[in-house]
Amino acid sequence: MKTSHRTLATAAAVLALAALTSCGSGSEPAADGTVTLSFMTGSDQSTVDTSKALADAFMQANPKIKIKIENQPGGSEGDNIVKTRLSTGEMTDVFWYNSGSLLQALNPAQSLVDLTGDPVVANVQPDYLRVVTQKDRVYGVPATAASGGGILYNRKVYDKLGLKVPTTWAEFMANNDRIKAAGITPVISTFKDTWTSQLFVLADFYNVQAAVPAFAQDYTVNKAKFATTPAALASFQHLAEVHAKGYLNKGFGSATLDQGLKMLAEGEGAHYPMLTAILPPVLATSPRAATDIGFFGIPGTDAAKNGATVWEPPAIYIPKSTKNLEAAKKFAAFVASPAAAEAISKVVQPTGPYRVKGAKLPDDAIQVAKDVQAYIDKGATSPALEFLSPVKGPSLEQITVAVGSGLTPAAEGAAQYDKDVEKQAKQLGLAGW
Amino acid sequence: MTRQDAGPRTGPGPALTRPPAGQAKRKSAYPYALYLPAAVVYLVIFLVPTVMAFYFALTRWTLFDSTFVGLDNFRDFLSEQNLRIGFTNTLFYAVVTSGLKVVLGLLLGVLLTSKLRLRGFLRSVVFFPVLVSTVAVGITFSALLRPDTGLVNKALAVVGIDGPDWLGDAGTALLSVALVDVWKGVGIATVIYIAGILSIPRDYYQAVAVDGGGAWHRFRHVTLPLSWPATYSVIILSFIGGLRSFDLIWTMTRGGPGFTSDTIASIIYKQYQAGFFGLSTAGNVLLFVVVTAIVVPLNYFLGKRQVAA
Repeated sequence: MKTSHRTLATAAAVLALAALTSCGSGSEPAADGTVTLSFMTGSDQSTVDTSKALADAFMQANPKIKIKIENQPGGSEGDNIVKTRLSTGEMTDVFWYNSGSLLQALNPAQSLVDLTGDPVVANVQPDYLRVVTQKDRVYGVPATAASGGGILYNRKVYDKLGLKVPTTWAEFMANNDRIKAAGITPVISTFKDTWTSQLFVLADFYNVQAAVPAFAQDYTVNKAKFATTPAALASFQHLAEVHAKGYLNKGFGSATLDQGLKMLAEGEGAHYPMLTAILPPVLATSPRAATDIGFFGIPGTDAAKNGATVWEPPAIYIPKSTKNLEAAKKFAAFVASPAAAEAISKVVQPTGPYRVKGAKLPDDAIQVAKDVQAYIDKGATSPALEFLSPVKGPSLEQITVAVGSGLTPAAEGAAQYDKDVEKQAKQLGLAGW
Repeated sequence: MTRQDAGPRTGPGPALTRPPAGQAKRKSAYPYALYLPAAVVYLVIFLVPTVMAFYFALTRWTLFDSTFVGLDNFRDFLSEQNLRIGFTNTLFYAVVTSGLKVVLGLLLGVLLTSKLRLRGFLRSVVFFPVLVSTVAVGITFSALLRPDTGLVNKALAVVGIDGPDWLGDAGTALLSVALVDVWKGVGIATVIYIAGILSIPRDYYQAVAVDGGGAWHRFRHVTLPLSWPATYSVIILSFIGGLRSFDLIWTMTRGGPGFTSDTIASIIYKQYQAGFFGLSTAGNVLLFVVVTAIVVPLNYFLGKRQVAA
C-alpha cells in the first residue's frame, strides 16, 4: 500500500528549506508582457557555462522572456535538493537534472510535465528519448552533448613510443608494459575522488552488451548478476589486473581528479579511465590538451567487436508546479534545437555528439569529441548501463576503489556489488527483487 | 558508601545538599507562559523530528511518498556488508581517541598547571585547535599528509624515512584520522584536567611534601586519584564523540580507501546520499541505541568508581 506523505514531508522540508524557498518559483507576468523563468542548474564550471549560453541565446531570440539562473550543488546533495523542492512544489520553472537511472527517483509521473508527442521534443533523437522516458512518457530534452566513457590517452606519449590504439585488452596491457618501461605511469588512478574509480567497470558495458545482449534487461529484473556473468565479471578483473601489474601512479589512493588530469595533460601518465565530459575545464589551463588527449573505448576480448560506451547528456525538465508553462515549453523547445547546440559550442567545447537532429560538432572540435563521433559513425556504441536500467548500487565507487587498490579480489568485489544492487532495487521497490 | 546523585561531579568537597522540603515547593521562577516559546521550539525542532524519525525508520521513503515496510529497513541495515568493518572501526576509533585524549590531556594538564613561564601562552596553543572548524582541520591535514607533496612526509624524508600514503593506504588511514582527531580534541580534555587539578586542595600536596615525597609521589598519589572526576568527564565525552565520529572521517577519507575506514556514521550517511532515506533513518535509530547501550553502563560503572574515589 502506498500512502502519500506530502504533508509530513512538507513539514520536514519547510525548516530545512526556509532559506531556499525564499527564492522559489512562479513569477507573474509583468505589465508589459515579459515573463521571468527561473532555471535551476548545476554548479560545476561546464554546466554553469552551458546553462548561461542557453539562457543568453534564448533571451536574444525571445526578448519577452527573461531567464533567472539558480545554481545548486552537484552530486547527491544536489539530488536531494531537487527531490525536496519537487516534493514541496517549490521547484523552479525549468531545471537541469540527470537522465537515465536517476530520473526514476524524481517520481516523474507525479512531479514533471509530460512532453510525450509534444512538438518540444520533435527534434530530439529517438535514441535519447529512451533515457528521459519513464513508463512510456517522455519528460525532458537533452541539455548538452553526449560524452564518451573509456580511456583518455596522451597522444604525444603514444607517438613517442610508437604505440597503436589498442582494440583488445591484451594489446592494451602490452602497451602499458612498454609505457612503464619508458618510465611513464601507464594508468592514472585517482581514488581520493572515489567516483573516478568506477570507469573500468561502467565504461566496459559496451563489451558486456556485445557478449550478452540481454544483460541490461535481465539485470533489471534480477536475472543476471555481475559475479556470475563472465563478461561482466571481466570488468572487475581488469581493474584488479591493472593494480596487480603495478601500472598505477604512486599515491593513487589519495590522488584527486584534478591531479589525474594534470598528469595526463603533461604526459606524466599515458592512460586515464575517465569521461570525456570532464575535459573542457582542463583546456583553459592546458590548451594543448585539445589535440594531445584522445579517447578510446575500453578494449574487450574481440578486436572485431571493438566499440565504446557513451554517457547520455543530462536533461532539462519542467516541473508540474510551474506557473509559466508556455514560456517554459518555449525554452525547452529551444534547448532541443540546432541553434542551442551552436550557442553551447561557442562557450563549452562539446566532448561528444549532440542529441538533436541537425546539430553538428563544430569544425574545430577537440580530439576526444572526434574520437567519440568516430565510434558513433561506426555504430559501435552502447549507452552506459545506468541509462538502460534503473538499477545502480550506490557503493560501487567504494567497491571499485577496494578492488583497484588490491584490497578485495575481483570476484568478491563483483559479488559485493550484486548485494549492493539488491539493496537499491528493494529500496526502489522494483519488481522481481 | 551508597551511590549519590548521577552526573559528574567536578571536584571533591561536600556534595550539594538538597534544599529543605518546604522550600522545594516554592513557586516556579517564571510564570508558565514564559516557558511557552522555548517549549514550542523544543517541540518543533527536537521532539517532532525525533518521533517522525522513529516512524520513517519503518518505511521505504523517497521524500515523495513512503511505504510502510515494517522492520525491513533494520534487517537490511544489519545485513549491510560493511557493517562489521564499520562497527569495529567505530569502536577502535572511540577507544583510541578517548584513550589518547585521557593520557595526553592528563600530561598536558599537569604540565600546564605547573609554574611555567609561558603557561598562559601554552594553554592557548593547546586549546587553539578546538576552535577551528573540523572540516577545515580535515582539509588541512589531507594536504599535510599527501604522500609526495605533504609536509609530513617531506619532514620524514629529511631524516631518511620514506613515509606511507597516510590516507590512501588501508593500513594507516583510520589511525591517521584518529590521531588528527586527538590533536584537535585534546585541548578540551586538557582544559577539563586543568580545572580538575586546580580544584585539588593544596593541603594534600603539603602533606606529601611533609612526608618527603617527590614529584612522582605527588602525581601518583594525589593528582592522579583526585582528578578522577575530570578523567570521568573526559572519557565519557570523548567516547561518545568517538562513537558518533563523522565529520573528520568524511572530510579526510570518506570511509576509504574502499571501506577500510568506514564508521557506523559514515555508512549511514552513504545511505542517505544514495537517497535511501528510510534505511538511513533506521541506521540512525540503531546508532542511537548502540551509543546508549555502551554509554549508559559505562557512565554507571565510572560513576560508581568516582564515589569510591
